[in-house]
Amino acid sequence: MRLLSDSIGRKAVVAVTGLFMVLFVVVHLLGNSTIFAGPDGINAYAEKLHGLGPFVWAFRAFMGVMLCLHVIFAILLTLENRAANPEKYAVKKMLKTTFAGETMIWTGLLLLAFIVYHLLQFTVRVTPDIVLGNDAKNRVDVFTMVFTSFRITPIVLVYVAAMITLFLHLSHGIQSIFQTIGLNNDKTMPQFGALGKVLSALFLVGYSAIPVLILAGILAK
Amino acid sequence: MSAHTSDDKTMSVKLIVWRQKGPNEPGRFETHLAKGITGHHSFLEMLDVVNEDLIKQGKDPIAFDHDCREGICGTCSTVVNGVPHGGQERTTLCQLHMRKFKDGDAIYLEPWRARAFPIIRDLVVDRGALDTLIQAAGYVSCHTGGVPDANAIPISKPDSDYAMDAAECIGCGACVAACPNGAAMLFAGAKVAQFAALPQGQVEAPERVAAMINAMKECGFGNCTNHYECQAACPKGIDVKFIARLNREFHKALFKAKAGAFIPLVEGE
Repeated sequence: MRLLSDSIGRKAVVAVTGLFMVLFVVVHLLGNSTIFAGPDGINAYAEKLHGLGPFVWAFRAFMGVMLCLHVIFAILLTLENRAANPEKYAVKKMLKTTFAGETMIWTGLLLLAFIVYHLLQFTVRVTPDIVLGNDAKNRVDVFTMVFTSFRITPIVLVYVAAMITLFLHLSHGIQSIFQTIGLNNDKTMPQFGALGKVLSALFLVGYSAIPVLILAGILAK
Repeated sequence: MSAHTSDDKTMSVKLIVWRQKGPNEPGRFETHLAKGITGHHSFLEMLDVVNEDLIKQGKDPIAFDHDCREGICGTCSTVVNGVPHGGQERTTLCQLHMRKFKDGDAIYLEPWRARAFPIIRDLVVDRGALDTLIQAAGYVSCHTGGVPDANAIPISKPDSDYAMDAAECIGCGACVAACPNGAAMLFAGAKVAQFAALPQGQVEAPERVAAMINAMKECGFGNCTNHYECQAACPKGIDVKFIARLNREFHKALFKAKAGAFIPLVEGE
């Protein structure tokens, strides 16, 4: 029994790291939604978060490890799967799988690219659109930074596209977690399926709302 | 005499068949016309008609696997129009009848395609890999002897029903053929689940799941990515809940293996 070289062990690694990332996506959405409370909301939230010091770095390191394991093992499994099915059918009709299920590796790689861009933009703050400054209470003005960037249409389009990609990835991924870690049975199967679809739709609406409402001028300073 | 029905009318269908002389020969599609077919012909009987015609012409008949022709042995194995066994729910190819097709239909016939199932000839593949899985982990070790007394080992009705549902597998390999990853997880899951549900199988449960996973890897099967195409193609409707059970048994075995001792992470440790 080997966790990192057995088929099911590797899949479990992808599932569990995926679960942690889904939990992060939930927390991140809750954190982001402080922007709806205006500059005071998100700037205070950001200051509190940065005030945690070493915990922030421990958390970042943990999420980095989760992401790396998830990507590495998903790629390894995909390569093994391609090798196990080298001759394609001339005609193949899929009966049950979904577009989301069939494109997991591609939506995953797109999300990886998005995560790199998103971190360079709002965490490392090196993309050209970034406006740095402090607010009236001398806190880092996260609100103005985000607001300025999301007034730029191409950036908003990138974010919405990324959230559609996340929706696809998780609408297959969330139910897949429960199947792979073995918590599923015939009664829970439709429930986990519905949970996956509802959560991923919530993420799509919740995350996209911020750039879209800013661009539309509804969420203003 | 029964009354004439629309099934009695004859029709012709165009078969686009994968032809391959041997395991390492290049394969190609060939087109054959099946003439004089009625709705009463089973799919395999239709192939018999085509083959008799080919033999009369001095040509090689189309090689295909078949045995009981009653839908219970799991020998027939052809992908018809992109679906193993032709896509009629819970039906093996031998029980699919030509009344499901229309005059003039073009029908694609391909062998099961997976690395673990090398082609022997035309539509016949070597499914010995499934036997390898059974030899590795599809049994219980027990002392033989007299027939045990009825009810000597009490088994609840839900457990026995669950095990029987898993045991319905006829080992045809449609799950592997339907899987985009050429994985045998439904077959393996059904076996592991069947034994794990019964007291006789629980003794060796951790060893069984480990042996099963190793054998799948050695045979060249892929990994499950939860598309559930296997269940949709299965002529016995084996549920993917048995794959979840296989996964669960793996995790249980992983934690039980050394009872809190070091769990090896990679091969050789």
